[in-house]
This record gives sequence, C-alpha cells and structure tokens, in this order.
Amino acid sequence: MFGWEFPPHNSGGLGTACFGLTRALAARKIEVLFVLPKKVGVSADFMNILFADSRKVKFLEIETPLKPYVTSDGYIHERDKILSDIYGNTLMQEVRRYAMRAREIAKKEKFDIIHAHDWLSFLAGVEAKKVSGKPLILHMHATEFDRTGGQGVNQDVYNIERDAMNYADGIIAVSNFTKQKIVEHYGIPASKIEVVHNGIDECDYTDIPNKLSELKRAGQKIVLFVGRITIQKGPEYFIRAAKRVLEVKPNTLFLIAGSGDMERQMMLEAAYLGISDHVIFAGFLRGDDLNAVYSVADLFVMPSVSEPFGITPLESIIAGAPVLISKQSGVSEVLTHALKTDFWDTEDMANKILGVISHRSLWQTLWGNSREEVKKVTWDAASKKCIDYYEKILCDCGVASDVRYI
Amino acid sequence: MASICFYFQVHQPFRVKDYRVFDIGRDSEYFNDDSDRSINNKKILNKVAGKCYLPTNAILLELLNKHPEFKVSFSFSGVFLEQLEMFSPETLESFQKLVATGRVEVLSETYHHSLSFLYSADEFRRQVKMHREKIKELFGVTPTVFRHTELIYNNELALEIEKMGYKGIIAEGADHVLGWKSPNFLYRPRGTQNLKLMLKNYRLSDDIAFRFSSKDWADFPLTAPKFANWANQVNGNGNVINLFMDYETFGEHQWEDTGIFNFLRHLPGEIYKHQDNDFVTPSEAIARYEAVGELDVHNFMSWADVERDLSAWLSNPMQHDAIQSVYKLEEDVLATCDDKLISDWRKLQTSDHFYYMCTKWFNDGDVHKYFNPYNTPYEAFIAYMNVLQDLRLRVVGHPSYAKKIKVKELS
Repeated sequence: MFGWEFPPHNSGGLGTACFGLTRALAARKIEVLFVLPKKVGVSADFMNILFADSRKVKFLEIETPLKPYVTSDGYIHERDKILSDIYGNTLMQEVRRYAMRAREIAKKEKFDIIHAHDWLSFLAGVEAKKVSGKPLILHMHATEFDRTGGQGVNQDVYNIERDAMNYADGIIAVSNFTKQKIVEHYGIPASKIEVVHNGIDECDYTDIPNKLSELKRAGQKIVLFVGRITIQKGPEYFIRAAKRVLEVKPNTLFLIAGSGDMERQMMLEAAYLGISDHVIFAGFLRGDDLNAVYSVADLFVMPSVSEPFGITPLESIIAGAPVLISKQSGVSEVLTHALKTDFWDTEDMANKILGVISHRSLWQTLWGNSREEVKKVTWDAASKKCIDYYEKILCDCGVASDVRYI
Repeated sequence: MASICFYFQVHQPFRVKDYRVFDIGRDSEYFNDDSDRSINNKKILNKVAGKCYLPTNAILLELLNKHPEFKVSFSFSGVFLEQLEMFSPETLESFQKLVATGRVEVLSETYHHSLSFLYSADEFRRQVKMHREKIKELFGVTPTVFRHTELIYNNELALEIEKMGYKGIIAEGADHVLGWKSPNFLYRPRGTQNLKLMLKNYRLSDDIAFRFSSKDWADFPLTAPKFANWANQVNGNGNVINLFMDYETFGEHQWEDTGIFNFLRHLPGEIYKHQDNDFVTPSEAIARYEAVGELDVHNFMSWADVERDLSAWLSNPMQHDAIQSVYKLEEDVLATCDDKLISDWRKLQTSDHFYYMCTKWFNDGDVHKYFNPYNTPYEAFIAYMNVLQDLRLRVVGHPSYAKKIKVKELS
C-alpha cells in the first residue's frame, strides 16, 4: 500500500483515512506493507507502535519532501528549505523519482495487490505494477477538480490521474459524488469504479478535553469551520454566512480552525464586512486541540465547494457538535441526520445556522440522531468492502485466493 | 350478517413554505409557496384532485347510482375544504354531489386537523364547532359521529365527545388495546353512558391501503372477489367491518395502473354476491348494533406507524418544542380578535407540521420520508419556528396587545 503519514503527524483527512483503513485491514487479517514518504522527525518506529499487537503491518519509507496537498509552487518552496540536491527540481520530477524508488521496493518485496492513495503516489503504484505484474487499485480521495474548485486544473496532475486510472485494474472512490466526477471528467467507465465510503472509529475520540468552555461563559454561541483555508473548502461562504447570522444574533462567535493559502484573504474579508471581532482564526489544530473545539462548538459547518468525502463532520459529531454540510460532499451520502445546504447559498446557510443556535430542541434532536448514525460509519465496514473488492480484482486478474500482502 | 363500513379520510394541510429567518417581520404569508416543490399547496391539491379525488368521486357516484343500497362516509378536514374552495371548486362540487345522494355520511372532526385536544380543551371545542359549521354550510348536513385527527383516541376524548352530544366515535383497532377482542363489533368507551365506539379493522383496511400493489405480499394480486370472500368470513363472528383509510389510497398512494380503480368499481357487486352482506354508514351501524362490551383505553392510541401511538407527531425534542410554542400563543393570539392572525395560528396547529419533523425512522427511507415535502425534518422545524417567530411579532405588534399589557400593568 502506498499511503501517507498517520495522525497525529498528518496534515489532513488523507492520513486519517490511511490509518483507519490500514488498522481495520490488519484487524481483518490482511497483511499490509505500507510505503510512505519519510518525514523528518517521524520514524517508522512510531508507525510500528500503532500496530504493535497485530504484526500485520510493515512500514517502508522513501526519502522525499512530498507531502499530501502539496502544490507545484509549494513543493519548490519546501525543497529549497531542505537545500538538498537529491530531490527533483519540480514537483513532477519528484513524483517520478518517488515512483522509481517505489519500483526498487516492489522488486524486493512480496505482495499480491497494490493499493495506492491519491495522485502523488499513483505513479509509484504504476511502477510497482509494471515490475511485479500484480493488480493495481487506485484510491481516489480527491480529484484535481476538487482540489482546485474546478479553477486552474493542473494539466500534469490531471494527466497522471487519468493515465494511472486507465492503467489500473480497479479504482476505489470515497463516494458516489467522486465516482461521478471520475466518470465525467476522466472518461473512466463507471463499472471500473467501486465506492468505499470512509469511516471513523470512536475509540480514537475518547477523553476529549474540556478546555475551551470559558468561551461559552457569556452565553456565546460558537459556530465552527475546520479545514484547509483553500478554495476547495469554501471559507468565503462561511464568512458571508457569518455576516448574515451576526445581523440577527450578534452574540455568536465564528471559529476557523485551519490554515491555507486563502487565510489572509479571509481575514481581510472578515475585516471588510466589519465582523473581525466575531471571527477567530485559530490556526491549524489537531488532536486534543481540535477535539476541544469540536466539543465546544454549537454547530460545525462544512461549506466545501467540492468535498470528495469529508471526515471532519464525523469527527465533530463524535466530539459533540451537530453538523451543517455542503450538498457537494461525499459524506452527505452517509449522513442523513445533518443539515445540508448548497455551498453558494449563504442565505440558506445562515438560516440553518440560526435555527440550530436559536433552538436547543433542534440541537438536541440533530446531534442525538447523528450520534447514533455515525456509529454505523466505521473503518471496519470500509475495510470489508475493500477486501471484497481486492478479491474481485484478483479474481478478474486470474489469481487464485491465498494469504494476501497488500 | 356482516356490514361493510367505509370511511375515507380526506385532508390536505396548509404546508409552510421555505420561510427563512430573514423573512421574519417582512413576510406574513406562510403558506403561499409557488415553486415546483411539494410545499406548493395549490400544486399538490390540483395534482391529487386529478389523480384521486375527481376520478374516485366519479366511480363512487357511478356505484351509488348502480347499487341503491351502497353507502360510504367521509371525513373532510376544514383546511382541506378551504383549499378546495380556493384551488378546485369543481372537486368540491363533485363531493357535494356525492353527499347529496343521501347515502354518503360526513363525519365530524377538528377544522384544522389538529392535536388541540392534547393541549387546549377550549381550542379543541372551538375547532370542532368551526368544522360543524363548515360542513353545514357546504353540505347541508350535521355530523353525528366523531373522528379525531389521525384516529388519536383515549377514554378522556370519548367522555368529551359524549358530552358534546355525539352518538359515536371512531378509532384504530390497535392490537395492544383490543387483545383477544375483535374490531368487528361496537364497544362502549370506558366511563361513557351511550357513546358507541367503532374500531378500524386494520388488517383488511391495510390490505387495500398499503398492500394492494405489493408484489412481495403472498396474497398479491388482490381482486374484488377475493376481498369479498375475506369480508364474508367475518359473518357469524362480527357485525361490521370498518374499512378506514386515506382517500388518497385511490389513485395517489396506489396509482391507477395498479388496478385500484377497477378493484373499487367491482367491490360492491362482489360484496353483494354474498347474501348476508351489505354496506352501512357509521351512524347506521351505531343505530343497528349494540355495544358488546366496554373498552378501556387509558393511553392515547392512533392509526400511525406500527406503534399506533403519538410518536409520529410527538417523539423528539423539536416536535415537543414546536407544538408547545404554538399553543403558548393561544391567549395572546385570540385576544387580538384579528381574523387573519387567528386563522394563520390555527393553520399552524395542523398535525402534519409535527409529522414532518419526525426523525423516528428518517434514515430508513420509510413512509415518513415519502410523506415529507421537506428535505429533512430539521428543515421543516426551522421553517415552522421562523414562521412562529413572525406570528409572535404580529401578536406583540397588534394594537390590542399593547392595550392588554397596559391593563395588566394597571392591575
């Protein structure tokens, strides 16, 4: 499996998904050989600790500055910081170099099927298939169209995604929403794509600290945004809805947890609208800090322009806040007890936010029902679907069933 | 002898439009959605009139003409009749024609198809009276048998209904209340002197209303001779088979292509083939048959869902909050003596509003979802509470309200 670093060292949902899925696969007696970029300060030992009991997961690392969500400019910036000449000059070169290293690993190791997460590792998966002849499954957590909000799609990235998907034996999409995009934008036949919704494991969210309760002393209501402050996540719609909410209920605080290339722009927008004193930019939060803001919030809002899945609403529900989510999201396929809105309809968004913060009974009903619903959205269920899909692909490729290395 | 007693419920609520918080204080028309959504009351009424009311009325008229002993009964909510007057006078006329035959009985209910009995006895009586007046005005008859919103019933209601002068009342034949007893007899509600209770035979009723087109059902397809046979089997151990259902069963819940209209068209003829069987209206059944025993119904029951209780309208915190909020306004709203304001307030009491907020089986995509014109129960709640907030502003801003506050301060 070609994946990405696990929590708490991750920078988004991709690492959370790799971790949840790998743990659940191991619990179902699938042996996983997990290949990931080496990160300074994080060792494979740490990863091994997470799986100390099962001995089903083995980690291999490749030296590279690659990390999830990186853009071409961002890559060059990172590389320059390292001042190393072993890495590629551009992101594309580095992705290819990573793939060549993956090829070396694939030559040496034993496995039955290749499972690669997101485009940065797709070429690695392709090389591993070329050298081993084993079936390749690509896991689409996001397409280039999601990451860019459809504006300024990078042709190189798109080509890698499309060519790899054509070459692969099977594709896993994190939602029907994403499957649809793959069919529409990449011309991949729907029959080649299996939908496996992400999950969440409640055991990872125990002992949530109660450290922000002071914020609510003054009877203030708290509305939360969690995510990268980028075009994909729709932060500007959150700010615009906040403006409308504050016109009706001034005693409301809007908390933005995350960082990204639109952060400055959003701060200016809040200032321009005259609501800076009601909008807090908390920066990037993870672990206990993130759970603490979920639990203090009255409502979590995910106004994403295009969200292939979206694990954060599930986290929020477990930690104690009901959710208002964009209809343009995969998670809305597994959550019925959520308020839903079109990301661009900030009037509707504000109306719904006000509904929740004004009526305790709505909060209770919404959160209580969603809390029950989330119990059914597990990584175990996702891993079972993955394993069934592995079997199907192996069968299609004419391989007899045996113990599997992924 | 076994008699068939048909009662059809005909009701359409005034659905609340997608009323947003920003509309409060600016827009006091709550029920005038004109989009393509199914909260557009005019659109829904015309659609159902075309698919169900008009064609089914035509068949019933044909049957009444053909079989001189054929009888049915209806319960029309006042809010439904009001919508007929507004949107489809020809449908109203076709109902009037049926009642004019003298063999179609009209039952009594609350004008607003409300749960007022649970929250305000005075308001309940006022709405029953409004309904009687409306029925008299449109059909020239005065009902003698009462049926409560969604067949919600308990001993207390029966006592109240007897006090109001009715001869009979209709309820669900729920298993948990009947036990070994049969719904095919009349009963005496506990504590009443003369009132008679008629209970829905839910098995035979639901065979038509719910299972008629179900291919998974062992008895599919249901034909008129088959059904007449089942009804005949009651002969000897029952007096009356109460077939109570939504009128929309015909053509709307069961579409025309299921054969439901042909079933109805042939049913009376098939029933009459069994010599001892006939059709009665509720008041005839009550005149003809004695109560065979007492029935004690302490807790409320209804005809909704498998639970047959109040949970469809009153199970989650939103539903309780919403309904308590609307009844809290009673005194102040009535004090305004403002007809439009009072009428809007009453339209907000219709039970459907609370049904739309039900989250009981929301994720199983069951009937609640099918009958919910809102995307989610939460959206139904938000729109409703926003409307209520506007209504409250209208009350507080009303000249008579200011007067009342002054009087209070003086005393």
